[in-house]
Amino acid sequence: MAPKTIIEKIWEQHIVHQEEGKPDLLYIDLHLVHEVTSPQAFEGLRMNNRRVRRPDLTYATMDHNVPTVNRNVINDPISKTQMSTLEQNCKEFGIELADINHPDQGIVHVIGPELGLTQPGKTIVCGDSHTSTHGAFGALAFGIGTSEVEHVLATQTLWQTKPKTLQVKVTGELGFGVTAKDLILAVIAKYGVNAGTGHIIEYTGEAIQNLSMEERMTVCNMSIEAGARAGLISPDEKTVEYLRGRRYAPQGEEFDKAAAYWLSLATDEGAEYDRTLEIKGEEIEPQVTWGTNPSMGSGISASVPTPSQFEREADRESVARALEYMGLEAGTKLEDIAVDYVFIGSCTNSRLSDLRAAAQVAKGRKVQEGVTAIVVPGSQTVKKAAEEEGLDKVFTEAGFEWRESGCSMCLAMNDDIVPSGKRCASTSNRNFEGRQGNGSKTHLVSPQMAAAAAVTGKFTDVRKLAEVHQ
Amino acid sequence: MEAINKFNGVVCPLNRANIDTDQIIPKQFLKRIERQGFGQYVFHHWRFDDEGNKREDFIMNQTQYENAEILVAGENFGCGSSREHAPWALLDYGFRVVIAPSFADIFYNNCVKNGILAIRLTEEEVEELMKKAEEPGYRLFVNLKDQDVFDRKGFVAEFDIDPYWKEMLLNGWDEIAVTLNLEDNIKKYEEKIAAGK
Repeated sequence: MAPKTIIEKIWEQHIVHQEEGKPDLLYIDLHLVHEVTSPQAFEGLRMNNRRVRRPDLTYATMDHNVPTVNRNVINDPISKTQMSTLEQNCKEFGIELADINHPDQGIVHVIGPELGLTQPGKTIVCGDSHTSTHGAFGALAFGIGTSEVEHVLATQTLWQTKPKTLQVKVTGELGFGVTAKDLILAVIAKYGVNAGTGHIIEYTGEAIQNLSMEERMTVCNMSIEAGARAGLISPDEKTVEYLRGRRYAPQGEEFDKAAAYWLSLATDEGAEYDRTLEIKGEEIEPQVTWGTNPSMGSGISASVPTPSQFEREADRESVARALEYMGLEAGTKLEDIAVDYVFIGSCTNSRLSDLRAAAQVAKGRKVQEGVTAIVVPGSQTVKKAAEEEGLDKVFTEAGFEWRESGCSMCLAMNDDIVPSGKRCASTSNRNFEGRQGNGSKTHLVSPQMAAAAAVTGKFTDVRKLAEVHQ
Repeated sequence: MEAINKFNGVVCPLNRANIDTDQIIPKQFLKRIERQGFGQYVFHHWRFDDEGNKREDFIMNQTQYENAEILVAGENFGCGSSREHAPWALLDYGFRVVIAPSFADIFYNNCVKNGILAIRLTEEEVEELMKKAEEPGYRLFVNLKDQDVFDRKGFVAEFDIDPYWKEMLLNGWDEIAVTLNLEDNIKKYEEKIAAGK
């Protein structure tokens, strides 16, 4: 048999119906649901008298709107309605829900893996573009719109045109102080926000294999920022060990059987991709974005670029517009840009290892006066584990606020908003205009770089902060 | 979903690349639990200043584009968040057709499901349309069956579309009903999987 990529293997195994001239009808193994993109889908089911076909393959939580200061104070009545609507819908259609006070509550892309719902070889969808996160486990995971949410609820399938395959190969090793976040930001800066459009990415290469599962989630999370439908990594022993003993993972003998199957999904030697992009691990520095899309960024040692540096007219216009919005002068050193806010959290960087890394930088230092810094764990489980290690104390002693779990300031749908004109160093995934609040200015960075910005009041190359040296 | 085949309307040129769905519909408007009523918020921060006054320099606010029904934009239109509120807002505002050199994948799917025709033309054709649309009242004609767009002055461009999505748009099908006709196949698949375990 011809060698295959993991993408082809998973795709072929999930075809329910195939017909010339039509997309394939794919079976969906796991459907994750949250409060923002689901109400209209449930309403559609009700209007057409349809049921949820497989509540047992569906799991819901609340994350986008939830307050992170006091769980019981939801100031916005419309947010409250959206949450209570999800509660009613889950009750009516028999779906398991981790609601706002549930010990498993958290960002949907953090809790899926935590609970062991996310497994290699599964097709996973959610009405959220960062569903690609689950690809870290060798699952085919992608974001869908609300009409597709309704379609999956009703049929447990989706019509999908098979995307092309794109290999993103990261060779060599990442340098000291360079993280998974820097890796993916560097890929996007090098190849652009639509490098992956129409494709599913498989990340390969030594630098990828060396990443922990949590780091792999950070990389796959931002596949959508490169335009890709999904991004995944072939499962290996790390994948298997992460899942061992998780609540919804197979147990006992079943686990060993599953593990053997998972490992068999890895891309075969000699399999071909439609396209391949490469980057050397050694060439990646800690990254900071300076513009209004995730490709507008560079290594911390660089300066804000001049629009005329760009070849295409469309790029020159976009860059000029971005610099105007960001209030930045071309030629300013990135290390000279002062910040007002620091946000450590989001489905990209809110897991225990992210918080540990940030705490290591924050330990024994103080958040600069005038800087508001918040740490928002990705889930209640992460929060509890961090508190057991005393990370909350490290952060609060340094002057960070320690919050409840949720999406929070990544998209500012709750009360965690960056005020207009203020500049934020953020570990989230999007620096779009107004993303963190109308008029807010977002710079994407790693947790270490965010903590360094908090304690120095400006972007600082984390490698220069001596104490992080082991 | 409402079927679409022949359509004509005034063209509004929005000459920016990588327009993300956060711009099309900012997050503070995602809290509604209905599908309707999002048109008033489309491109909110580009159309209105912080005090809620219309920004006169924004193209959609200019008198000649007030009734535009066809939006022409730069590459990678609709990137970012999967929010279907973006096509809901465009449709509710009055845009039935969006033309760009390329679209983000999820956004494109979301358009199809809502009866919005998202048309990919070449970069040169889009550029030409942007220029033509500066003329007040410039109107474009769309014919989905023939897969082309044209104006009264001889501009013609053909476009590609997946035959399945085309059928769906031409007929205004309820996709879930189509899929539920394949219930036997879904059941068989589920039985096969259960047996394998």
